[in-house]
Amino acid sequence: MSDATLSAVPRPHEAAPRSALQRIARRNSTIAFLLTLPLILLILGLVVYPFLYAIYLSMLNRRMTRFIGIENFTFLLSRETFWDVVFQSVLFAVSAVLLKALIGFILAHVLHALPAKGQRKWRGMLLVPWVIPPAISTLAWWWLFDPSYSAFNWALAGIGADPVPWLGATGWARFSVILVNVWYGSPFFMIMYLAALKSVPDQLYEAASIDGANGWQKLRHVTFPMMRNIISITVLFSLIVTFANFDIVRILTNGGPQDSTHVFATYAFQVGIQSGDIPLGASVSLFMFPLLAVFAVFTLRGVNKRTKEMA
Amino acid sequence: MSTTTAGGFVPAEMKHGSLRRERRWAMIGAYVALAVFVVFFMTPPFHMLVTSLKGSAEIADLSGNPWLVSAPTLQNYWELLTQGNYLLHFRNSIIVTTCTVLISMVVSTLAAFALARMKFWGSATLATGVFLTYLVPETLLFIPMFQIVGSLGLYNNMWAMVLIFPTLTVPFCTWIMIGYFASIPKELDEAALIDGAGHLQMLWKIFIPVALPGILAAMIFAFTVSWAAFIYPIAFLVSSDQMVLTVGIVSDLIRADTFQWGKIMAGALMAALPPLLVYAFLMDYYIAGLTAGATKG
Repeated sequence: MSDATLSAVPRPHEAAPRSALQRIARRNSTIAFLLTLPLILLILGLVVYPFLYAIYLSMLNRRMTRFIGIENFTFLLSRETFWDVVFQSVLFAVSAVLLKALIGFILAHVLHALPAKGQRKWRGMLLVPWVIPPAISTLAWWWLFDPSYSAFNWALAGIGADPVPWLGATGWARFSVILVNVWYGSPFFMIMYLAALKSVPDQLYEAASIDGANGWQKLRHVTFPMMRNIISITVLFSLIVTFANFDIVRILTNGGPQDSTHVFATYAFQVGIQSGDIPLGASVSLFMFPLLAVFAVFTLRGVNKRTKEMA
Repeated sequence: MSTTTAGGFVPAEMKHGSLRRERRWAMIGAYVALAVFVVFFMTPPFHMLVTSLKGSAEIADLSGNPWLVSAPTLQNYWELLTQGNYLLHFRNSIIVTTCTVLISMVVSTLAAFALARMKFWGSATLATGVFLTYLVPETLLFIPMFQIVGSLGLYNNMWAMVLIFPTLTVPFCTWIMIGYFASIPKELDEAALIDGAGHLQMLWKIFIPVALPGILAAMIFAFTVSWAAFIYPIAFLVSSDQMVLTVGIVSDLIRADTFQWGKIMAGALMAALPPLLVYAFLMDYYIAGLTAGATKG
């Protein structure tokens, strides 16, 4: 299913073969424009305009009375806290995405090996973390990490281990936010990889078996090349949303302890909304843009390449 | 495998037996791995359920087992449903989500129809633009949006959500529907045109019925995203009567340092129920909708 829709880029050169259709298409280009008008207005008014407005905002002073150029950006670059945010965002996104991709890959393989009857049931259970809205499920994690009532610490005490300051110490807090993100995102990787695995023709594996390939060689020379594109699309996409994540960090730690778990989005929220320095907040989130743009371009390239392969 | 291939004269039956044994071990390994991850994935929802069934005395009792409930009670649920603003938040979530889904479906169906079937100046660019828009995370735009919403006089108004949430849903819904519409054979269009149907009739009578699975998938996507949206509500809604569930639970049940964990967990569980139910009954559409073209994860 996902393959069908992944290849959904409209093909401009595949115009209708019949001249009647072409004529009607020409005559009706106004209708086409009217049909897409709400979409265009939405994109221009609520995505493009806010983006340009953010650039404008980021060049104002705190009270938004004076134009100060790139002062907000240089101010941020001179702040140690901001560099902590950069470091934590990269650490958070890269380690969470790697773990999600790894767990998703393992689970997809394990599921794929099951008989079809049991597969559905297991798949249904494994997707639950991804179905619950993260802002809701993170509340459960928050309670599991509670300093005095942590159910994890209770279990650890049962085996004689010391209580862990899940959200109280820098290292553990960083670990915890990554753990929750991995918990939430792994099922998505699993389901994407499972769809990709199902689309690898069995003949390829049979041919590999005849050539005497072992399990690892099949994985390395058949599965991997066939899935490379979907893996890169999924990883790039997940890098974007993980890098820009807000819900989990905001609820679990709100950036603490000592701003050590802030990512771009939560820091921008704290600076821009909570402290009321809108221009500085806008600058913080704009710092995400270059990296996101690069990821987005590569994602688009991957999707387009896939479309051509499928065509 | 290695043992059987090492000895050259192994009888065929033994070879088969060993293969079967090896496969059985692989299966056992697979089930162990699955069980480990199911436990990991189900722990938070399970603990949520257990806590929601406890009275406040039992939650506060540090000597008890946090993973089990000794005196189950529905008191938390009852209090949520009879006092406080929980039902109001639920209603707000339903209103906002319903409106968002309707707006998204109208806008994206019309646009996808035009983009999939009518070629016009800039249509290919627009399709690419739609996909790129989908990749713009809301955390990039919430600060200018804060100013825009304020200048429209919609600050602390849940209808601002109805205005903004379509930016999260429409691009992706359009994108997947272009795919579904493009897969409908062109012969159907021609037949309709020969019968004298106009474009809108064609959309209504042919495209929508034929692409119904895609439309359902897009609807489920729009529903899920708008039900789960968090950053816009938390930035723009401050008074309890305007809040939606994702922010209402935390803001109402945490007063200074008092955390009513039993009620928080009960509220969270009920808030997670609509997406879970949709998922349980429409799993295939759900997966199709949310995996198509890659999505939040």
